[in-house]
Amino acid sequence: MAELWLWITDLGNSKIVALLLFFGTFVGIIIYLFSSRSRSERLESYRYIPFDDEKSEARDEDRKDRS
Amino acid sequence: MAQSSTADAGRSSAPVAPSEQYNYAIVKKFAIMSIVWGVLGMGVGVYIASQLAFPFLNFDIAQISFGRFRPVHTTLVIFGFGGNALFATSYYVVQRTCQTRLFGSRLAEFTFWGWNLAVFLGAITYMMGFTQGREYAEFTWQIDILITVVWVAYFLVYLMTLLRRTQPHIYVANWFFMAFILATALLHIFNNLAVPVSLFSLESYALFSGVQDAMTQWWYGHNAVGFFLTAAFLGMMYYFVPKQAGRPIYSYRLSIVHFWALVFLYMWVGAHHLHWTALPDWVTTLSATFSILLLLPSWGGMINGVMTLSGAWDKLRTDPIMLFMITSLSFYGMATFEGPMMSLKSVNALSHYTDWTVGHVHSGALGWVAMITFGSLYHLIPRLWDTQLYSIRMVYVHFFLATIGIVLYITAMWVAGIGQGLMLRAFDEFGNLSYTFIETVVFLHQPYVVRALGGGLFLAGMLLMAFNIYKTVMPVYRAQKAAEAQVAGGTEASARA
Repeated sequence: MAELWLWITDLGNSKIVALLLFFGTFVGIIIYLFSSRSRSERLESYRYIPFDDEKSEARDEDRKDRS
Repeated sequence: MAQSSTADAGRSSAPVAPSEQYNYAIVKKFAIMSIVWGVLGMGVGVYIASQLAFPFLNFDIAQISFGRFRPVHTTLVIFGFGGNALFATSYYVVQRTCQTRLFGSRLAEFTFWGWNLAVFLGAITYMMGFTQGREYAEFTWQIDILITVVWVAYFLVYLMTLLRRTQPHIYVANWFFMAFILATALLHIFNNLAVPVSLFSLESYALFSGVQDAMTQWWYGHNAVGFFLTAAFLGMMYYFVPKQAGRPIYSYRLSIVHFWALVFLYMWVGAHHLHWTALPDWVTTLSATFSILLLLPSWGGMINGVMTLSGAWDKLRTDPIMLFMITSLSFYGMATFEGPMMSLKSVNALSHYTDWTVGHVHSGALGWVAMITFGSLYHLIPRLWDTQLYSIRMVYVHFFLATIGIVLYITAMWVAGIGQGLMLRAFDEFGNLSYTFIETVVFLHQPYVVRALGGGLFLAGMLLMAFNIYKTVMPVYRAQKAAEAQVAGGTEASARA
């Protein structure tokens, strides 16, 4: 374990360490976004947020008309 | 949907008009000032473009010479026009997508006055000859401090509004705005670290020197493009394109990949402005590599925006605002292809220190930034004042003036830049330079005239927009004044009775 830590902290290996960290994070984000059907559906449901305010306005208008 | 039900629960049951539920007053102020600075900044831009074609136009007046007017132009269009548009749209978007009122009305008011005072003071001091000499950061140190204070206030207003949202999820447009606020704070502070000559002097010494100073400047300079002129306007795009199209964004997951890849990659690319300089070769190679990688998220975002219209392309036949938005995304795609290409060392050897760079910047600034802003403001302003646009025909005319203007501008600069670059590095068979410097200047005259003409058309469109907005807003304003006077008259009469 100590050897691995020494290898990671050796500046000579910084390119490989950076590649593993950044590419690993990128792959992790892609897996997170596209691997689960239910998560995908949840994330895609957020597309409609800009239209939620219209619903509230329409409801307020409706309330005004009824009152 | 889960977020809708929570949002419903958080709202009051009493019917409230959007203009009362949200703080629209501050959004209106920023939107109007954006147009005012846009007219002035683009006017100065056309004037200095004309000076380059016809140098007598400086009339030997130092205050309006190219050297002093150029930072006035960049400051007014980037921070005046663009900055005010970003404040306006970010304050609007954060309220509408979080379905909550903006935090701290007075603090938001302070950001309006502080920001516009900084832009105004910047323009005046440049004309007086005071500048830090740093690209897009020419403000003297006192103005830098004012901007820092305003920015902290902006951050607080935005963050606190996000924290009191009634939506459980923070919509992606707000991610882009937040990245823009945080990155701009970081860039502004580190790029402007300086030691004032004295407490009452407008002059200062930069903390860095030599190649470190150049590196810091271009780390700031390119990230000003990346976060101020790209990430923030993408926030605008992710809200206003779906709203105008009446369809949700093409893929929310793609927008998440777009966000993280863009904010990660942009931070590394500034050094591509310093190819073939004293900066170590590996730094510029690294920056060129990241610049090429940046093409992927940029085009991912562009495709996400354009595909939002998938299945509703007919809107482009009837909606000039949609034309502005889709054309802006096309220019975003073009500029983000051209940029990585120009960051390649071999291409940069030809393009750098020529007008190709100026053309590239304007392809992004006019084509992407200004066009998405025009589209967003045309969408936003009638909603803020609860009215209709005065003339849709004028929006069409504006669109074509702007588009033809940009095309003339960037093609003139391609001719100027590539021609200039080829002339400056042409050798005869004995190894002597084939052209003298003055021959390259003579060659530039015609492209400069065409560029000024293109800029003039773009300015004409901006003036038309200002007139259209004036005619849209003034009747509402007059009606409000008349109603207030009537109420006041009624109150007075009842008091007398």
